[in-house]
Amino acid sequence: MKIAVCIKRVPVMEVKFAIAKDGASVDETGLKYDVNDFDLWAVEAALQLNEKNAPGEVTVISLGPDAASEQIRKALSMGADKGVLLKADKVPGDAFAVAEALAAELKAGAYDVILFGKKSIDFDNSATGAMVGELLGLPVVTGVSKLEIAGGKGTAHRAVEGGVEVLEFPLPAIVTVDEGLNKERLPSLKGIMAAKKKPLETKPAQLGGAGVTVSKMELPPERAAGRIVGEGAAAVPELVRLLQSEAKVL
Amino acid sequence: MPTYKAPLDDIRFLLTELLDVEQLSKLPGYEEATPDVLLAVLEEGAKLCEDVLAPINQSGDAEGCRYENGVVTTPKGFKEAYAEFVKGGWPAMTAPAEFGGQGLPHLTRFVLNEMMCAANLSFAMYPELGHGVAMTLEKWGNEELKHRFMPKIVDGTWTGTMCLTEPHAGTDLGIIRTKAVPAGDGVHELTGTKIFISAGDHDLAENVVHLVLAKLPDAPAGTKGISMFIVPKFLPTEEGGVGTANGVTCGSIEHKMGIKGNATCVINFDGAKGWLVGDEHKGMRAMFTMMNGARLGVGLQGLGLAEVAYQNALAYTKDRVQGRALTGKKAPEQEADPIIVHPDVRKMLLTQKAYVEGERALAYWVGQLIDVEEKHPDAEKRQEASDLVALMTPIIKGFLTDTGFESANLALQCLGGHGYVREYGLEQFVRDARIAQIYEGTNGVQALDLIGRKVPEGNGRLLRRFLTLVQADVKEAQGDPRVAEHAAQLADAVRKTQESIMTVMQKAMQNPDEAGAASTDFLRMMGLVATGWMWLKMARLAHDRLAAGGDARFYDAKVKTARFYFAKLLPQVDALAVTMKSGAAPLMELEAAAF
Repeated sequence: MKIAVCIKRVPVMEVKFAIAKDGASVDETGLKYDVNDFDLWAVEAALQLNEKNAPGEVTVISLGPDAASEQIRKALSMGADKGVLLKADKVPGDAFAVAEALAAELKAGAYDVILFGKKSIDFDNSATGAMVGELLGLPVVTGVSKLEIAGGKGTAHRAVEGGVEVLEFPLPAIVTVDEGLNKERLPSLKGIMAAKKKPLETKPAQLGGAGVTVSKMELPPERAAGRIVGEGAAAVPELVRLLQSEAKVL
Repeated sequence: MPTYKAPLDDIRFLLTELLDVEQLSKLPGYEEATPDVLLAVLEEGAKLCEDVLAPINQSGDAEGCRYENGVVTTPKGFKEAYAEFVKGGWPAMTAPAEFGGQGLPHLTRFVLNEMMCAANLSFAMYPELGHGVAMTLEKWGNEELKHRFMPKIVDGTWTGTMCLTEPHAGTDLGIIRTKAVPAGDGVHELTGTKIFISAGDHDLAENVVHLVLAKLPDAPAGTKGISMFIVPKFLPTEEGGVGTANGVTCGSIEHKMGIKGNATCVINFDGAKGWLVGDEHKGMRAMFTMMNGARLGVGLQGLGLAEVAYQNALAYTKDRVQGRALTGKKAPEQEADPIIVHPDVRKMLLTQKAYVEGERALAYWVGQLIDVEEKHPDAEKRQEASDLVALMTPIIKGFLTDTGFESANLALQCLGGHGYVREYGLEQFVRDARIAQIYEGTNGVQALDLIGRKVPEGNGRLLRRFLTLVQADVKEAQGDPRVAEHAAQLADAVRKTQESIMTVMQKAMQNPDEAGAASTDFLRMMGLVATGWMWLKMARLAHDRLAAGGDARFYDAKVKTARFYFAKLLPQVDALAVTMKSGAAPLMELEAAAF
């Protein structure tokens, strides 16, 4: 079985972000990067599918600057077989431009399953996977929390409001992965050493035209300090009054 | 709960900029150890430390190890963490490929070891001792023993220990009583009791392999009559599994001040089968391979604990608001300023930071030297590296653990009363750091090793080699206006160090107590000078990087921390020179009965 996983290089979220001088992008000084969490679970899903359906091959694809090869290497050190870097010095904010480049690469690969994270934790669009499915004319299942592939078809669970939906789909298909499907493995020492020798091809990304651009970014307003309205049960009436009249949340 | 983030920026700086580890990949056998591979390995190792080992550090301390019916149980989560560590192949990092290892440079293990000790010292000791046994066996064991034991230790299925101390014999191993009696076929039967055996027994691995010092029936008295044996808890089967119990039992575990998650055991040998490692009566020499490795490892424990304590103290001092800055409000929007505004709090923080970063550079430099000593094609280079490692071993052990404890204690002080309560975890770091000054040869013994063995060796050859390197850098830096002041301070410290040791060595020819009396002062002086040397190198490099447009925050901090080190910490050398000069009389003239 041939499996592709699309992964994104994203900033590690533990820092305080600043807005760059242009006012429409994030200041990248001092940022650290890692593989998008959801994409790590997609890689893990691919590796598990591959282990169950051997022989097979897992290809990891990322669109980004040269440095995104670090994230591809990480997926290779977890156990993926080969990597493709679609080089773009700047990743467009418009998911469709990215989807077009990924679709162009994926089209020729004859993959049985193409995995994405449900969303990227930086721009949070939840769009790329579905868009690629549309461009390739493949069935798309999003936000999957349980996945089985057997006999040329797939079964997936996805959480819906108040319950779980069970979907069946033919292959090839696109699946985007939600939290809870698995916990990604840590790369082993052997895996890290082996990753260096695995093939990683770099080619220019054939980005589509961006329909949407980011015009401005703002940080959320500083939160005012909290106020103590009293203690114990005696404070409840005042708290309720304030929540109704000032905060207007009740 | 305290947190730990591996200092990857500093590690990257030291490996790729200060130490230029690319040179390592040019040594035969290290071709694969390019900087990108080393960093990728260490980044993943860091995650293991942060996400798997650190979260069970505080709970491991609270729970401790248990001993019931002769069975030792480690705290909750240790077993799973060890399984994860083994599954990732981490025990095999530096072992040779022949025995299933990855053959990475020893320096890599130094870095991983620091991170593991910072994340969870109690845990780190279990695999670390196995690693020590494997290294010692590789050097001194015969082929049969190596092939029987090493692959299992290298892959982490078995761990190891070093059994030296007995109830009546710790520092003085010449008087040990454990006996080894030949039982034919190259097998010996060992009988005796060893105490204070770290990781001596536990439930993490299926077997524990002990390296044991014992005396043969015809052994000469003293340390020249000690032999080393390998004695497994369970006898290995032909297939490499574990067979019958070998008469090695855990008699009890100690109840200790710190490292409570590591089982410190009394180990009884009752006619246990063992095999001689190395030559008869030459066990001390063989055991010193393990001891020297362990001494450097213990130095890294001091460093790691100082780092994690500093991180948590720093976070607290930025968050905790109390009082106002002496020069007026710094955070007017808050009801008080964060305590990091106060000069004394800054002094405590900078002391920790300057020691930790300077000593990290020093420790990694020594780690790299071990690789040069082992792999360099030029015999003279190997000898030079060997001399420097020998000289630095007591300094890394003694100075890094003394200042490691001081740093952890200062970190606790930064939290005030909250440092003294368990919740914040600082008191655990202080307790855990305390042992590092004691085991593997107390720091007093390290100081004697330095002044009594390492300095006199080859008429001062080791010390000369080191000071030549320092003086070459000082000379260069004196012509560099950005750091000329630091160079002058370091030159002065070097001069005082040389004068002090010359005076002591001359006096010691008449009265050996003179060397003993000066020993700990001298070790600290050497530690301060060596760390100062690293700060001089780092300050110059940081200036270069700043001029080239490098990360302003990182390099500026290096420049300013160097300034703090030269202004506030290096001057301890002046006081030490004075106390060394005052000689042995003030220590010796009071009659024991009059104390």
